[in-house]
Parts: sequence; structure tokens; C-alpha cells
Amino acid sequence: MSIVTNSGIERAPESSGASVGNETLLEIRNLKKYFPVKSGGVIRRTVAHVQAVDGVSFTLDRGQSLGLVGESGCGKTTTGRLITRLYDPTAGEINFEGKDIGPLSRRQMMPIRSEIQMIFQDPYSSLNPRHTVGTIVGTPLRVHNMVPEKKTLARVQELLEVVGLNPEHYNRYPSEFSGGQRQRIGIARALALQPKLLVADEPVSALDVSIQAQVVNLLRDVQDEYGIAFLFIAHDLAVVRHFCPDVAVMYLGKIVEIGDRETIYEHPHHPYTQALLSAAPDVKQAAIGGRRERIRLEGDVPSPINPPSGCRFRTRCWMAQEICAKVEPPLLQIGAKHKVACHFAGEINQAPQRPITAPLLGVDDQGNVQGGGTVTEMHDEPGFADTWFDLKTQTVTSA
Amino acid sequence: MSTDISERPGGTTAPGAPEDPFLVVEGLTVKFPTHDGLVQAVTDLSYTVERGKTLGIVGESGSGKSVSSMAVLGLHDPKHTRLSGSIRVDGQEVIGASEDRMRKVRGNSVAMIFQDALTALHPFYTIGDQISEGYRIHHRVSKGEAKKRAIEMLDRVGIPQPNRRVDDYPHQFSGGMRQRAMIAMALVNDPQLLIADEPTTALDVTVQAQILDLLQDLQREFNSAVVIITHDLGVIAELADTTMVMYAGRAVEYGATREILTHPEMPYTWGLLGSIPEVAGDADVRLVPIPGNPPSLLNPPSGCAFHPRCPHVDKVPGNLCRTTLPELVPGERGESHLKRCHLANPGEIYTKEVLPEIAPDLLDPTTGEMIPELAAVDPEEV
Repeated sequence: MSIVTNSGIERAPESSGASVGNETLLEIRNLKKYFPVKSGGVIRRTVAHVQAVDGVSFTLDRGQSLGLVGESGCGKTTTGRLITRLYDPTAGEINFEGKDIGPLSRRQMMPIRSEIQMIFQDPYSSLNPRHTVGTIVGTPLRVHNMVPEKKTLARVQELLEVVGLNPEHYNRYPSEFSGGQRQRIGIARALALQPKLLVADEPVSALDVSIQAQVVNLLRDVQDEYGIAFLFIAHDLAVVRHFCPDVAVMYLGKIVEIGDRETIYEHPHHPYTQALLSAAPDVKQAAIGGRRERIRLEGDVPSPINPPSGCRFRTRCWMAQEICAKVEPPLLQIGAKHKVACHFAGEINQAPQRPITAPLLGVDDQGNVQGGGTVTEMHDEPGFADTWFDLKTQTVTSA
Repeated sequence: MSTDISERPGGTTAPGAPEDPFLVVEGLTVKFPTHDGLVQAVTDLSYTVERGKTLGIVGESGSGKSVSSMAVLGLHDPKHTRLSGSIRVDGQEVIGASEDRMRKVRGNSVAMIFQDALTALHPFYTIGDQISEGYRIHHRVSKGEAKKRAIEMLDRVGIPQPNRRVDDYPHQFSGGMRQRAMIAMALVNDPQLLIADEPTTALDVTVQAQILDLLQDLQREFNSAVVIITHDLGVIAELADTTMVMYAGRAVEYGATREILTHPEMPYTWGLLGSIPEVAGDADVRLVPIPGNPPSLLNPPSGCAFHPRCPHVDKVPGNLCRTTLPELVPGERGESHLKRCHLANPGEIYTKEVLPEIAPDLLDPTTGEMIPELAAVDPEEV
């Protein structure tokens, strides 16, 4: 797949400068989304809340990619939709270029919408079957007055060429394209406004394997070319690993482990991450060395309406002890770019005997509060600090 | 575990006794007449599955993998389908069999697990009713006994509190539990042949692992033959003893699973292997996708159906790929590894050109040969 470099698509002005890289584009702070559960009858009172996203914090730098993985129902899609403001957050901040876009009104959001775009999972339901490709890709251009009316078609054709479609096909309807080609149309539409952030919600999971690779490569080219930051939401661990230098693992509305790719895939410290990785089938391993031992997780994800007390993973965790039911483990930074939320964080079969978090939280090993005080509150700040809690020495260290 | 599950009604053979393969498919061709012309969904397909063994069928959508398996159960409407060839289940011909006879086979000795459990289960009936229905049709039992059997099956597939959940409706089950319920439904009559059509595709990885483990356990217990249809080579690698790769309605490669995954001889299989990212290994290797799109079956390409997407067409002299359909014949590695390709030296091309691109870590960096674990794979070993 070749990218047309000298096309009229200009890089976003901020990202073309030399200062690309470590500048934070998006900072999510303690983001929450509770969906109300209404009772039946005439007066539909709110009887409970689905805690879809419950206190998520992370940062995303310009031109970088963060992968969000987890099982269905863990809140990864809701997080993506909050960032694109398709949902209104219940609490927390969405700082986009330093400005909290959470409380903005519809009108105030308008200029920012062009900078945050989304690629949807299903290329069949996300394109209007009665609009031509030209209309689909051209609509964002018209809505945001990006180019003069006369030049819209030329711009649409450029975009089609960028995503590897024949520019002459602007007059065709989505039904005339295959699944992979439709996903390319969706990508062209997302690129039309030269966004700074693309939220890709399972962009390849509806496609055939051979087509998946084409689309992943295209997304990579697009990112290299235009310096777009990606929030890549997927349940396929291998695809995320391939695309994202940073990965966050979510479980039941919370981030349980976040770090760079190498740490998460080679040295996972959270039992859920370990289970996820061991469950993913691996062709090469199976072909050479026979079948690997799987960690069997029992049961299903608990209901987010009434999540378990303490650690939310404890009902399916093989290491769970008393403290896990009593005290919620904080998302603790244990490496330069590694945070984990587990009382017994450690590599597979090397988990510590005693909860590492107990002294920090001011509780004993069973999770009982010492000396009549309260559990020490530990807030998770987005991003990574310069100092962290070293698991071996049990002290705060720095690089 | 109660005793009547392990009792198989009829058809038991002494373990280890030599027998014909349970499922024999020979020269199967499936055509659908449409307004636009005749769609040849499956062409001249042959394979066998023995008891206790698993055959994996891989391919893209439209490669004919589901169509061929539905023919085994006689699920195609005879008015709109033209079937030819032979399908024998336990020695009995399926093609042309009467609807009455097929009803006795379906759900009894042959059962199917479908991809999407939510659409395959009826939303109006309880899980228990749906599981026991098949049991009551094939056995003369009372409703109460059938329900007992349904509870037993739910317990067997790992549904907690089966005696309470048996009265639930499908929407009260989670995705993984629905898939389990459907497996329970398929297994209620102890089928000797189980066809699983993308059984885990709609599921999360942890649930997928649970279901794959369950299928393996059940197969071991009942010694049934299993056909698993998937586009996920990872699932094939974990489950299948033998693998068949399909493209445009034809088998293009067939052999022992380890052999196919380590010494593939057909460029389409190379393409599939290059397309999948790995959980381990070098993350920055660029994926090598197969260019283009799957062909239309209305108007399939001339010669080898894969030639418009094949990067190695030029290595075959005389424009053979474009004009002549290659036969499915043994390749370089012996009788048990079949391939449909004109390439004369696929092993060399795979080691020299394909592997360095898709999996450099499988090559010895000094000699450029395959690492010993890979080279030592015995093509005959299943």
C-alpha cells in the first residue's frame, strides 16, 4: 500500500513542527460514565447504575498510539465514545490539548469535533447505503467548511487515493464494495478533517484475516504520514501489540495494567493480563512446541451494576485472598512505564506472598485497617511519574 | 457424571479397531443457481475424518468452507441447490437421502455448532426446552426425563447452577454461556460427528479458551469426529489434527496441522500466515497482507483461482497459472501433504523468500535455514 506523499493533505500544523513527540495531546483524568438503570412502570425511577467506566486515567502523546484491550463489557468502547463526546461523562476530565472538553456544549464542541474522529467496527452499518462514497467522504468537508464547494470532489478523490481506493469510484455506493474496501471508506471519512486524534474502535475485527493485515498496514502508514494519535480499541491482543507502543488493559470499567508494549506482553504483572495473554492462541508456538499451558479463567465478567467489593477481578482470580475483597488495589506505578492494580502484583508464578500494597495503604496483610484509622487514599494520576514503587526493594525509586 | 452419557446408543466399536473413516466426502460440488448466473460455491472437494480426530477447515469468507459442511447435514434447500459427489456418514450416503432419513441423522449422529449463538437460539423458548427438544425427538422419553437430561448437559458444559438456569431464556445468558448452551444442544444425543462452524469467532479470548478446552475434553470423552471451520489459524493450531485450506471453493492444501503450519507449500497459505500478527516475536515486523480481494464465485479467475493475488505467478513458466488449474497432488514432502499449486520448488521459495519476511525468528541467522525445531517436523505425523 503506497501513500501519496505529495497529496494536498497537509499535516496538522502543530504536528509538523520539530517538537513532535513528547507533547501530551490527550489527558484523561478519573473519567467515569454511569448509565442509569430505570425501573419499569409509569414512573421510571433510576434504581441502579451500570458503572461502565469507573475512574480511568491515562495520557496520549501527539502521534502516538495507545491500545485499549479487554473483554466485551469492560468499558473500552464507552471510553472511546466519551472521548469523542458521543456520550457525556458522568465525572472526570477529558483534557484535549490542555482544555477539558467534558462539559462543553454542542456548539462549543463543533470546532473540536473535526480534530477527534472515529473509525467504527462494522463497515456495513457505519456507512449510509443510500449515499455514494463521494457524499460519505465529502460530508465532513462540507459540514466543517474545510474546502470550497467546487474543490470538494477533488479532495474526496485525493482521500480515496490515500486509502488505496480507485478515485474514479466516488460515484459508487457502499454495497458495491467489499468489507475491507468499506473500512477504507470509513478511514477516508475519518481522515477528511485532518484530525489530531483518531479513536479506532475495533477497526479490523469484522474483516477477514488477509484483509485485516491490509487495513492495519494502512492505518500505520496514515499515522506515519500525518502524525495522527490513535486510541486503538480492540480485543485482539496480537493486533494491538502490532500497532501500539503503549497498551492499557481494562477490566470491568477500570484500567488494571498499563505500560509499554514490551512490559505488558513480556512481563505482565496483573493476573488478568497474564490470563488474557495465555488465552490468545499462538500459531507459531503451537506449530513448533506443541500446545501451551493456558490459565483457565472460570466464569464470566461480573455485572457492572453491582461490581465485586475490593478488587473487581477477585471473583475470577486464582490468587485472591482476604485483602482483595476488603480493599481495592490502587493503580500503582512499579516501573518507569508500568502501572498495575493488584495486591499481589508479580510475574507469572512469582507473585509475592504478602500484599505489596498493604504498607502503602495502611492496612495489615488481611486488609484490616490498622490502629482505628482509615485506608490511605491513593489517587491515580494520568501518565507516568518519575519515581515509582520498586517491587524488589519495596521502596520508592527512580531511574 | 451419570452413566447414561457414556453409553452410546449403537455404533460403538472396540477402541483401536480398524474402521472406515466416519465421514467421507468425495468429489463434492455445490452450485447455487442465482439471477446473475450459477455460483459454484464448492468444487470437487474430498476429505475424510476418523473417529476421535479433528479436521480444521480454514479459508476466507466465501471460500466454501461453511457451504461444504452444511451439505454434510443436508441443510441446503434441494430446490435451490445442485449437489453432486458423495458424502458418506458412517457408511451411509447423505446426498439424495430423503428428508425423513436426514431427520434421523441430524442432531442425532451428526450435530452442528453455529457461529452466532444469539441467532441460533430461539428467543421465545427456554434454554432447557431447546436442549431437550432434540433429545425427545430422537428418544422415547417423558418431558421430565428430557429436562433431567438438559440439566445434566448444562452441567457438563460448565453452566453454574444448571437446575435453575435450565428455565432461563437465551437473553438471560451471557455470550459465552449461550455458546455453551448451544454446545450442550449439539451434544445432547452424543453425536459421533460434530461440525463446529466458527464456534468461537464472536467470543472474547478468555471465553474462547474455555470453549476450545471444552470441545477438546468432550471429544476425548466421546471419541467423536470433529470438523472445525474457522478463519483463525490460531484455533486450528490448537485444535486440529489435520488441516484443509480452502480458496474459491476448492481445497488448495491438505495435510497434518503441524506440517501445514510449518512447511506450507501453497502461496495462499503463506499469505494467511503472513497476515496474522503474533502475541510473541518481533512487534515491528510489517504485516504482509495478501493483495487484492477474494474472487467472485460467479466468474472465477481462469487457471489457478489464486493467480490474480499470487506474488509468485512469474516463477511458473509458460503462463501455466493463468491457463491451467493445478491438481491437488502430493508435494515435495510426501504423500500425506497435498497442495494445489504449479510451483516446482515451494520449500525453497518459502525458506528463502517468504520466511525472512513473515517470521525471521524462525530462521537460523547464520545459515538462513529453518531452525531445527521447524525443520524436524515429520510430514506424516498427525
